[in-house]
Amino acid sequence: MIRCHALFMLKKYAAPVALSMASLMCVPPSAGAQGTAADQLTGKLVITGASTLAPLIAEIGKRFESLYPKVRIDVQSGGSSRGVADARQGLADIGMVSRAMKEDERDLSAFPVARDGVCPILHQENPVQALADEQIVAIYTGTITNWKAVGGTDAPITVVNKAEGRSTLEVFLHYFKLKNVDVKAQVVIGDNEQGVKTVAGNRNAIGYVSIGTAEYDATHGVPIKLLPIGGVAASTESVRNGAFPLSRPLHLVTRTPPVELAKAFIEYAQSRAVHDLIKQQYFVPLAD
Amino acid sequence: MTLSSSNTLSRWPTDRLLLWLLRGAAAIAGAIVLLIVAFLVMEALPVLRHVGVARFFTDPSWHPAEGFYNLTPMLWGTLFAMVGSVLIATPLGILSAVFCHYYAPPVVARPYRRLIELLAGIPSVVYGFWGLVVLVPLIGAIHPPGPSLLAGIVILTIMILPTIALMADAGLANVPQQYLRGAAALGLPRWATIRGVVFPAAKSGLFTGVILETGRAIGETMAILMVCGNVVQTPHSLFDPIRTLTANIALEMAYAVGDHRAALFVSGLVLMGMIAALVAAADWISHGRIYG
Repeated sequence: MIRCHALFMLKKYAAPVALSMASLMCVPPSAGAQGTAADQLTGKLVITGASTLAPLIAEIGKRFESLYPKVRIDVQSGGSSRGVADARQGLADIGMVSRAMKEDERDLSAFPVARDGVCPILHQENPVQALADEQIVAIYTGTITNWKAVGGTDAPITVVNKAEGRSTLEVFLHYFKLKNVDVKAQVVIGDNEQGVKTVAGNRNAIGYVSIGTAEYDATHGVPIKLLPIGGVAASTESVRNGAFPLSRPLHLVTRTPPVELAKAFIEYAQSRAVHDLIKQQYFVPLAD
Repeated sequence: MTLSSSNTLSRWPTDRLLLWLLRGAAAIAGAIVLLIVAFLVMEALPVLRHVGVARFFTDPSWHPAEGFYNLTPMLWGTLFAMVGSVLIATPLGILSAVFCHYYAPPVVARPYRRLIELLAGIPSVVYGFWGLVVLVPLIGAIHPPGPSLLAGIVILTIMILPTIALMADAGLANVPQQYLRGAAALGLPRWATIRGVVFPAAKSGLFTGVILETGRAIGETMAILMVCGNVVQTPHSLFDPIRTLTANIALEMAYAVGDHRAALFVSGLVLMGMIAALVAAADWISHGRIYG
């Protein structure tokens, strides 16, 4: 059984996931040599760590379980530091870490599964083409409140922030070295789509969302534009190759080089077969 | 001839079966409420125990990730949005029902009633979406940023209007015909009949409508979440963004862990308390005869 935060199941993409899982179950992978491999994999994997990664790993785990019915994958969230600590102490088979690995974590084997990228968005008709990091900080802390100050029209800025607990908020605050207490927002939103709609409906708004969502909407006629950061254009491509600064790798870590079940699961999580799940969670799959 | 009810029932086994079925159904309905409250308390208990009740009202702000849990701005947000929309929707709804019953010709009254019923059936997320793409930019043009208490009140008013209109309509339909004939025989004009005879007679129906619409206004989540801006602050004007308690839960539940999650259950508990206070107040005002 997947024991994960029950609310993750409420996500709106539950339906497509269920569909794709159903189609997988219709074709049991029990033909020939593959069948014996499937029979061999048994046991239980405990995976703990970053709450950013937990919903994705839970979905991958569900699909993995449907491929190997004797396997149980238990996903618990509790932050990247818990992922590292649990993997080190052997409390978990695999840890989830939603950032680059630190120097003192070299003892762990780390496997990137996806990248998470966040970019600022403006309304398409906003004349501002780029903002320096300091300008974005000034806007979000309320020191700049009019677009005129950054080369735009004379209009008050509507600052769109994310609700507490969202990983996009975490990435954003971390990169700009801000604290959520210091952010002076006019609108607080939940998911990425709501952010896109808020900015699309307000010429003077600035927001930030996952790059996957922003890029999809911008290319499908929604009047928003993605702002570059540090001169790097915001796109899933620049996130994938690590050039975009407002992004981070999402890792699975183990204490020792993984074997058997853990190895199979990590390889599966890195494979092309889960790219659709990665995109559903608005992350960027790595090139393979 | 008087037959005691137990005698009647003992003679007919089907009646006894029905009695137990009804008892069971009533027990389930009652138990669900109690279970929900018990669940809320249980989930909220960890944070209540080591943070304390007082801090939910005295902390400097709501930043659960940094350990600040002040719910009062959201309590005010919920109250303002609720009071504003109820104050507008109630007279509108009651007058709409009066029009429908006593002024509109049948050709107009029937389709009009159907329209109101349709209004009641539109999902809240549709209202929210309309609010987000039409109403919010409109308010933003008058007084930026747009998402605001005003937008919330307007959306809520539209949403609860059919509730009060339909309840008032049903209430007016229940006024005995004799009363109206009596009023007509006395030569009372139409408005005097409505004010002096119909309203007092339909009082309990109208009151029930107000309670139901208020409950809906407090509980509404999706539409409010989309148009109110969700900034945690006590509003100083109609154009300030607000966050309601319901929106708070919906916004943050997906990624909340530990104390943050428990704090959201405290939001739920406070909401439950508000509803309980509403019902108690209604009971007190109507001297225990709301539905009678």
